[in-house]
Formats: sequence, structure tokens, C-alpha cells
Amino acid sequence: MTPQAKMTAFNTIVLREIRRFTRIWPQTLLPPAVTMTLYFIIFGNLIGSRIGDMGGFDYMSFIVPGLIMMAVITSSYANVVSSFFSMKFQRSIEELLVSPVPDWIILAGYVCGGMARGLGIGFIVTLLSLGFTRLEIHNLPMVVVTVFLTSALFALGGFINAMLATKFDDISIVPTFVLTPLTYLGGVFYSINMLPEFWQGVSMINPILYMVNAFRFGILGVSDVNPFVALGMILVFITLLSAVALRMLQRGKGIRH
Amino acid sequence: MTNALEIGGLIKTYGDGFQALKGIDMNVREGDFFALLGPNGAGKSTTLGIVSSLVNKTAGTVRVFGHDIDTSLSDAKLHLGVVPQEFNFNQFEKVFDIVTTQAGYYGIPMKKAKVSAEKYLRKLGLWDKKDTPARMLSGGMKRRLMIARALVHEPKLLILDEPTAGVDIELRRSMWTFLEEMNRQGTTIILTTHYLEEAEALCRNIAIIDHGRILKHTSKRELLQQLHVETFVLDTESPLASAPALADFPCRLDGEGALEIDVEKGQGLNRVFVQLEALGIKVVSMRTKANRLEELFIRMVEENANEGAAPVSAGGAV
Repeated sequence: MTPQAKMTAFNTIVLREIRRFTRIWPQTLLPPAVTMTLYFIIFGNLIGSRIGDMGGFDYMSFIVPGLIMMAVITSSYANVVSSFFSMKFQRSIEELLVSPVPDWIILAGYVCGGMARGLGIGFIVTLLSLGFTRLEIHNLPMVVVTVFLTSALFALGGFINAMLATKFDDISIVPTFVLTPLTYLGGVFYSINMLPEFWQGVSMINPILYMVNAFRFGILGVSDVNPFVALGMILVFITLLSAVALRMLQRGKGIRH
Repeated sequence: MTNALEIGGLIKTYGDGFQALKGIDMNVREGDFFALLGPNGAGKSTTLGIVSSLVNKTAGTVRVFGHDIDTSLSDAKLHLGVVPQEFNFNQFEKVFDIVTTQAGYYGIPMKKAKVSAEKYLRKLGLWDKKDTPARMLSGGMKRRLMIARALVHEPKLLILDEPTAGVDIELRRSMWTFLEEMNRQGTTIILTTHYLEEAEALCRNIAIIDHGRILKHTSKRELLQQLHVETFVLDTESPLASAPALADFPCRLDGEGALEIDVEKGQGLNRVFVQLEALGIKVVSMRTKANRLEELFIRMVEENANEGAAPVSAGGAV
């Protein structure tokens, strides 16, 4: 394939993914918007007003970056895992496998498709948050880099989950039992400085803590961890997961007999 | 003339140890209309699956128009269009999107993809369904959609795995006409089918596979010459009470009162008619019974089973 043909194939995969999640927007775009609005109302307004400051900011301002990141993480992951597994399930993945599209373009296409949904949701949630608080960006490059890399990382995670999944249950196990707890315990709703020392140590092994805090640093200028260490970690994980996903694609794990 | 497909020593052993292919050698010439025949589980779909990259081979070589799938897979795939046995498109996508998306996977820009998609959807009678979600199509339409999708990048080699399974007779005939037209225009076609009548009507060369081995790989003409006895069905003007006694020609009445006569190769039909004339039996029409290829196929597969799946013939290149 010529570079131009590869670009066309890549665009085709990404546009197909965007067409898919916009076609079923009541399942993909609406629920996180509703959920996050409820978080803003209940945790931010009703409960938050009684909590007082956190990290030097009112509680609503403190949780907004975390909630945006939570929406980006879950949507990026969910898009790829459900789309790719559905293709496996319906065997329409064979359309791609018989075509000359290189494996790395298949991976890049799906990851970018997941990022499109994750970042789209992030944008929607950010707009919604403006109805509850003022957002002053402390470090725009940090915000942009963190949200893009985090979205890419979780889209990759969704891809690997879809490759390994053999039934629909398998694509809900990781989001329910791994992603959600890690996100809730990743400093979305609190600063880990509030925790006893032991639990602060435990929290430091949660990768989502680093992403939430790097993003919070970009918006508020405060973080429980060094944001540059967080970016480095995300890059290492992206490299690692990309290599694993590509290897699985080349071997045809779960998609070729 | 070059070969559209060259398969050498192809072996496939699945994870559970089952050996689906035990060393397949097969060549298909450019421009050929080729049938790969065999009973269920013989290895047809595995062979075609390896050619189209849906199945990983254990050993052997596969070349598509000279491009080895081990060293230049992308080039090999560019020449290939695949119509699988089972529906494998997204049931929720619209017909037009399915075909243009497939073109995109082959690197065809959207403008060209739309033109090509329209051409094949029109040819296959699906243009008025272009905005219909695939799940709303009938079984026959879904089969045609898969053919349009496989052709949108204009491949030189088209592989069809049971393309007319579950399709009514009228549609089957129209698909035959379409495929013959594609073949006349230069597309090499390989098909597997359970309708041996289909293979006999369409194909010039045939390979018969069973238990992962090629039993026969030759031209249809040569294959049919191996059939020593052919059965003719004669409709008579007046119904017969019983089958007449004909010298040298075993005959019987079928369930509908027509006369079935077995004629050995070289016997000729003249003596049949002379005897029937003498008996005062007037024949109003005549046809061959079922199809000859089916008889041969069954015989070969049975022989192979009796011989413990040993190869009857390795078969030469056609």
C-alpha cells in the first residue's frame, strides 16, 4: 500500500468509528453527560458546599478536573472495547483482516476512534461544568497533553481487552471491577493528603491517580504528585500496551484461527 | 499464462491437534473459473481461509499472482476479493456504507469508492437498498451485498465460499450469470459449493478435497470423461405400465413414470431409440439425470473413505 492509501485506510477506520458512536449517541454520548451533571449537582453543589475547601479550592472546582478525566477514561476505553469486540462477534472484523491494511494502522485507527469519543465526551463534560463553576486553565499544554495521552492509553487498554474477550461478559469485567474502583480511588473526589500515610502509599500504585493529578495540575495548578512524572508514566504505559496490542494483532489472537 | 493462485505443501494443524490440511498442492490459472469441492469438513474453507488471511497456516506456501503471503502479504491481498460462507458485515450499517468502507480499507479514496460501490450495487440489483441497514435485507440480498463488497476494489482473484447457499433458484441463476460475466471480463474465480450442478455449469477446472487432501485436481472435461455410465431420463408420449426390456441398456421407471436408461460410454444412444421404436414407445423429450459431477464426486469421496483417506491422486497443475 502506498502511504496515501494507508492514510485513506486509517481515515476510513476512524470515520467509521465516529459514525458508529454518533449513530448510537443515546448510548454513547448522553449517559456520561447525564451522570456527570448529577455528580456536579450532588457532590459539587449539595454535598460540596458543606465540605469546604480542598487543596486550596472550593470542592466543586477541585472535583471538576477529576470528573472530566473520569469521563474521558471510561469513554475512550468503552468505545474501543465495545466496537472491536462487536466486530469480532459479528465477524465483520474479517472485512479488515482480508484487506491490505497493516496491523499498526488498524490499531491506530481504533485508538484514534476511541480518543475521538473520549475527547468528545471530555469536551461535553467541560462545557457542562461551566454551568457550575469557573474554569481557569493554569497550564494549557499540560491539560492538552495529559488528556490526549490518557485517552490514547485507555483506548489501547480497551483494544487489548477486546482482543482477549471471548464473550460480552468479558468486556464489562475490566470497566466494572478494575477501571471504576481505580478511578474512584484515584483522587477524583479527594486529595490523597487527606488519607492516612499507609493509604497514601497504597494510592501511589494506582496509575489513574497520576493522570487525574496531572490534569488537575493543568487546570488548577495543584497536584498530589509530580505531573511530569505522571506524563512519563503514561508514555511508558502507552509504549508497553501498543507493543502488546500489535503483537496480539500480528498473531491474530482471538481473530484468526 | 501466470497462475492466479499457487498453493504448495499447505498444512494446517489446529490448536487441539486436528490436522485440517495435510499437504495441499493446488494451482489456479489466471482467468480460470475454478471449483474446490469436498464434503463438509474436508478442508475447503480452511484452504480459502489461509489464502485470505483469516486462518494462520502451519506450513506450506501460498502465492497470489506471484505474491507470497509470507513475504508480501499486502500485495497478495490487494489482488484478492473474498466472499465468505457466513454473513460477516455489521448488521447495523447501511449497505452503501459497508461497501464504501471496504473500499477505504483498500486505500481507495471516497470519491472513487462511491463510484465503484454504485457500479457493483447496481449490477447486483441492490442500488435501491443502498440506504437500508444490512439487517433489513433478505438472505439473497445479503449474499449479493457480500459479492459487491468483495468486488469494490476490483480484485483480479475472487474467492467465493458457498456463494449461493440458501438462495432460491431464480436468484442463483442470476448470480451464475453475473459471475460468468465477471469471469469473461478477466476476473479469476474460485468457488466452493455444495451444489455440484453449479460447479458443473460454471467451472472449467476442479479440485476435489477430502480429509485435508486433494483427491483430484484436473479439468472438468477430463473429470467427466471418467464417468463410464450416464443416466438419461426419457419422457414418453403415453405412460408406461412397466419398464421395457432393452438389450444392453438397463432401464427402469422413475417415481413420475419417466423412463431412466443407463448408457455406458461408447454405447451411443441410437440403439436405444431403435429398440424403443420397435416397441412402439414414442419419446417426447430427453434429459440427463441429476448431474454427472455429483455422481463422480460421491464415488470419489466414498472410495477415499474406503481407502482410509489415502490420496487417490496428487493431481497435476491445471
